Amino acid sequence: MALQSRHLLGLEGVNREEIALILDTAESFMEILQRPIPKVPTLRGKTVVNLFFENSTRTRISFELAEKRLTADTVNFSTSTSSVKKGETLKDTIRNIEAMNIDMVVVRHSAAGVPLFLTRCVDAAIINAGDGMHEHPTQALLDMMTIRRKAGDLQGLKVAIVGDIAHSRVAGSNIHGLLTMGAEVMLCGPKTLMPMHAERLGVRVSHRLEDALEWADYLNVLRIQLERQHKGLFPTIREYHREFGITLERLEQAKRDVVILHPGPINRGVELDSDVADSDFSVILDQVTNGVAVRMAVLYLLSGSDPALE
Amino acid sequence: MQTIDRLLICNAEIIDFAAGEQKKIDLVICGDRIDKVGQIDADAFSGLIFDASDHVIVPGLMDMHVHLREPGREDEETIESGCAAAMAGGFTTICAMPNTDPPCDSQEDVRFLKKRAESQLVDVLPIAAITKGRAGKEITEMADLLRAGAVAFSDDGSPVSNNSVMRRACEYASMYDAVIVDHCEDVDLAADGHMNEGEMSTRLGIAGIPNAAEAIQVYRDIELARLTGCRIHIAHISTRESVQAVRRAKQEGLPVTCEVTPHHLMFSDKALVVYDTNLKMNPPLRTEEDIAALEQGLKDGTIDVIASDHAPHSIEEKDVEFEAAPFGIIGLETLLGVVLKRIVERKVLTLQEALYRISTAPRKVLNLPVPQLRVGEAANLSVIHPTREWVVDVKKTRSRSRNTPYGGMTMLGQVAAVINKGLLWQP
Repeated sequence: MALQSRHLLGLEGVNREEIALILDTAESFMEILQRPIPKVPTLRGKTVVNLFFENSTRTRISFELAEKRLTADTVNFSTSTSSVKKGETLKDTIRNIEAMNIDMVVVRHSAAGVPLFLTRCVDAAIINAGDGMHEHPTQALLDMMTIRRKAGDLQGLKVAIVGDIAHSRVAGSNIHGLLTMGAEVMLCGPKTLMPMHAERLGVRVSHRLEDALEWADYLNVLRIQLERQHKGLFPTIREYHREFGITLERLEQAKRDVVILHPGPINRGVELDSDVADSDFSVILDQVTNGVAVRMAVLYLLSGSDPALE
Repeated sequence: MQTIDRLLICNAEIIDFAAGEQKKIDLVICGDRIDKVGQIDADAFSGLIFDASDHVIVPGLMDMHVHLREPGREDEETIESGCAAAMAGGFTTICAMPNTDPPCDSQEDVRFLKKRAESQLVDVLPIAAITKGRAGKEITEMADLLRAGAVAFSDDGSPVSNNSVMRRACEYASMYDAVIVDHCEDVDLAADGHMNEGEMSTRLGIAGIPNAAEAIQVYRDIELARLTGCRIHIAHISTRESVQAVRRAKQEGLPVTCEVTPHHLMFSDKALVVYDTNLKMNPPLRTEEDIAALEQGLKDGTIDVIASDHAPHSIEEKDVEFEAAPFGIIGLETLLGVVLKRIVERKVLTLQEALYRISTAPRKVLNLPVPQLRVGEAANLSVIHPTREWVVDVKKTRSRSRNTPYGGMTMLGQVAAVINKGLLWQP
């Protein structure tokens, strides 16, 4: 079996079998990552460009590691060193890079739709590493892998995504992926950070953290960006923390055991207290580990390489 | 384009909105005047003969919402190329919006536009700015601008957000019975939005512009029309709330009119699923419920006019990531085709009703004389084959810009000729 698309632009429209294939493939890579020499020649001779138009540390490093573990040649391109600021259009930038014979592009950009735009400009396979407020599919895949490893199956699980849903591409991809895999999803956060008609995506919506804590098996806690406060979307960090911050006390009061995920980087003491982040409730570091395996799986499945895994 | 000496148009159906009738008739035009109407013996006629069987003749089509980019962005559109696009679209008359560089806010700017359009078949009617520099602060010399030939006032694209300034502008304009054309948008609510706010913007991860951003400004304008008596025309209405507000205002007898664009009737925000920047405009494409309300507004007369909001943008500006692209699409050459395909073929309006909204209605809104298809009158008319289909070829557009979503689409209704100022244009 293979993926239907040559690109991974988002999880909307990716079917259950495909997601399962990516997660299963990631599991086999997890095994490789445990070996003394965690490297396979799967992508030898392939060139991958990590095209980051927006700041990122962990996603870029995770992709870069995944590429190196697969023996791909990698090139990094980020805005600080780019020609974008000199007035070159996105189309010219990507075409110039492709002219150097590349096979795959991992792209992050602040504008939604850029990965799709790039598919119209070049022949290389495009992997979305986050586009604006749209999707961040590999993050959602690693979140699902983390949950699946813990629960065995995603079917019927209850996952609440808490925080700034409106501006979150992590939420965007998780909603599509989780629903496709048969999980139930609740979005929880202040109304000012909730996108319009979110319930039409097939999810529950709540503005009380207690609802999420009473209902969910898994809590995916999103990072609150401080600039949202400056835009007047919530009054103070203090109030946000009191209403939506995940504290040990709240978790202990909850009737059920909840597992905490967070895409990072964490604002400790804002959306998530330190003692929760470092507690047994948290699988945050597992997510980071799984991220490399998931990205290896995506790179491998989109590379057109021989199906035989090493 | 050619000069008319003697021209016989025979066997055409003439639509006379004033008389409310459509009849088969022949028409002789000498120079710029209609010389004869009735049964004319073609064999005995000396001059150019145009057999217009299966065609309709209407008072020259008018598009009251056009952006010519001259002066300032002649790479995108000039007065000449805009007029060529207008003729190809069947229009003899267009209104030019003032958001040029410099903006049309002084008598000299109006004169420049009129002078540059003098030799064109198309009448170019300047809409001057409401405020100096379109900055929303001080009102322009409206009396002087009207004297120079402005037909209305608008800060289109940068709506006057200060209610007091808008009130004074309305009061001042009403002294001359002039019309204020308002692009209704609360700029704070619209803020960083790039498309309609709703389920689609949530799915696509693009910041949205809520219906309320338009409706709030429409409500304001209606109250200012009540307060000042000024005639206010709401440009490119796009939401169900706005339609309902205008409907109520009209029932109350307030001097409020409005227009809709073909693209707001043709597409919903669902079409944005491919992030096509040629579907990015302001106001944004709305939902199917809004389209239904717009159609109802056309049916019951709430919406007076269909206008293109022809907004040329260069390929360089449009062929970028969605959020970086400017708002607007061209529309002069496709307006008639979309209206007949989307509105007439689907029986929202009859052919007569639809053509009325793009010929007579805009002139009534702006208090301009309506061309009469009678002996002795100036010949200002459009000849259309209403049932012939054609396919939009973007490469053949007369506009200097090609930012259209209609490429490859089948349109209904072909322009056979436009006649004005003693000039004849045929494709």
